[in-house]
Amino acid sequence: MAEYSLQEMTAITAARGVRNSDIILCGTGIATLAAIAAKKITAPGVSIFFETGAVDVQFKQMPLSLADPRIMHGAIRLAGLAESFAIIQNRTTGRNILSILGAAQIDPYGNLNSTAIGDFRRPKVRFSGSGGGCDIGSLAGRFWIFMELGIRKFVEKVDYLTTPGFLDGPGAREKAGLPGGGPERVITNKATFRFDAESRQMYLHSYYPGFTPAAIQAEVGFKIDLTRAVEEEPPTEHELNILRTQCDPDKMVLKS
Amino acid sequence: MGNAGKVMELSEAVERYVHDGALISFGGFSATQCPLAAVHEIIRQRVRNLHATSCSNGQAIDELIGGGCVERVDIAYGGTGRFAPTCFRFRRSAEKGEIAVEDYTNYQMTLRFMAGAMGVPFLPTYTSLGTDIVNKWGYSEEDRREDPRLPPKKLVLMDNPFNRTEQVDRLVLVPALQPDITILHAQKADRCGNVQLLGLLYSDVEQAKASKNVMITCEQIVETDDLRKDPDRNQILSFQVSAVVEVPWGAYPTALYRYYDYDPWFLREFYPQVAKDDAQWEGYVAKYIHGVKNRAEFLELIGRERLESLRADEEVGYNPRLERR
Repeated sequence: MAEYSLQEMTAITAARGVRNSDIILCGTGIATLAAIAAKKITAPGVSIFFETGAVDVQFKQMPLSLADPRIMHGAIRLAGLAESFAIIQNRTTGRNILSILGAAQIDPYGNLNSTAIGDFRRPKVRFSGSGGGCDIGSLAGRFWIFMELGIRKFVEKVDYLTTPGFLDGPGAREKAGLPGGGPERVITNKATFRFDAESRQMYLHSYYPGFTPAAIQAEVGFKIDLTRAVEEEPPTEHELNILRTQCDPDKMVLKS
Repeated sequence: MGNAGKVMELSEAVERYVHDGALISFGGFSATQCPLAAVHEIIRQRVRNLHATSCSNGQAIDELIGGGCVERVDIAYGGTGRFAPTCFRFRRSAEKGEIAVEDYTNYQMTLRFMAGAMGVPFLPTYTSLGTDIVNKWGYSEEDRREDPRLPPKKLVLMDNPFNRTEQVDRLVLVPALQPDITILHAQKADRCGNVQLLGLLYSDVEQAKASKNVMITCEQIVETDDLRKDPDRNQILSFQVSAVVEVPWGAYPTALYRYYDYDPWFLREFYPQVAKDDAQWEGYVAKYIHGVKNRAEFLELIGRERLESLRADEEVGYNPRLERR
């Protein structure tokens, strides 16, 4: 079996879930890596776009921000935020959008905090803020979340609800009036989670080879359903080879 | 205003248009196209109590806050991409309570500028329903009552008045922003203030059109006839612009599409180190901002060789050989 890092496992696991018809709305880092891997390995039809307004981006080099000139050359369209968020809010075009987000905290309903820890007016830790995260969580057809597993990241209640998951449970998004589909998967460095169709709560969907459901639960700050968990397939030689040589050859995201 | 006399030195433009307490907005996005030359001049002139606004801005807002110029910030994201997931002086000042922050989203900030540009008091969106963006207000209702420069509410929820169904159809109305001054760094402008922006536009155009005054810093002042060759690219017009300043490398250390790349040394090694430490930060401001008379002297400190290493390849618009790790 091929040797691989957890980061590689994470990117490949995410890439495998992308549909060929998806329009991927991308963040930087491992989100971009997973999107490129999906396009090169399983879903050549996907179009990758950035909220800054770059559409169907070609990747000669890994971008380091949502405005990196590397996402500009070769794109089919360079617009601005007004146009890109209208595409996401528009019910016809927004439906096909899959976005991949990160955050500092996540709760059982997939609500995300990327704003502050502690009192938001005088925070113990201040983060960047929503950026487009709240917009995407509110409006996009569906979204996934990339997080590193950890007891301080997977919390019972987020200190600041920046990006809406299923809010406080079944029917809450609809009641609030949110048009987007909400969170679908949480992909971490050790396991993946999905959301129960009834309770809207996160459950363990899969754990990576070498881990156990109990070990995953120990790193989550709330009780999760472990009964549906299966072991994830490790990446193949073929997948790893494409990831390493074609997706991030300069090792800007992958740690060497 | 007429077009005569819009071309001026950066120091004069800041003296004329950036006043204590002004509502000021900055173009660019994370590590690209931030008007850093202008930011340094504002710090040098010791402008105080600014109310700064932007969509997603790292370096410009961060240095301005660190320079002691800012009292309030309306923003969606304070970071510099992979270089600074949260920018440093912004974070420090927010945690110490030295600045007040009003959190909006990128779309909301864009809509606020767009409303200002359209001359309407607000625009609606579905974003942020059910979140703390709606529930938690950085500026209290009391602050808002007492200060006529602030909108009386952060935002307002409203049911769609055209709704014919039984389903909930609720919207978030965000208040227009009309900055006293917007500062953008552009690739090209003419002497009258017609502006050509290349590459992604972020919310630069909406910001400019919303603003009472616009200061354009640019790499090159060109002849109007040059701009007439690509009129579809001239997003900002002379009658929207008050000052035009030619400042080569005016966005350094952030990137400018087709002109230069970002500087990984500055953004990854140098800046985080000085910005995380108060004593080192004071040293940086003293040497690199107050210790120089103008942008040219700052660029001398950075070094010609470093700048040349960032020059963009003509075809791709960045430097594909840049060492970024």
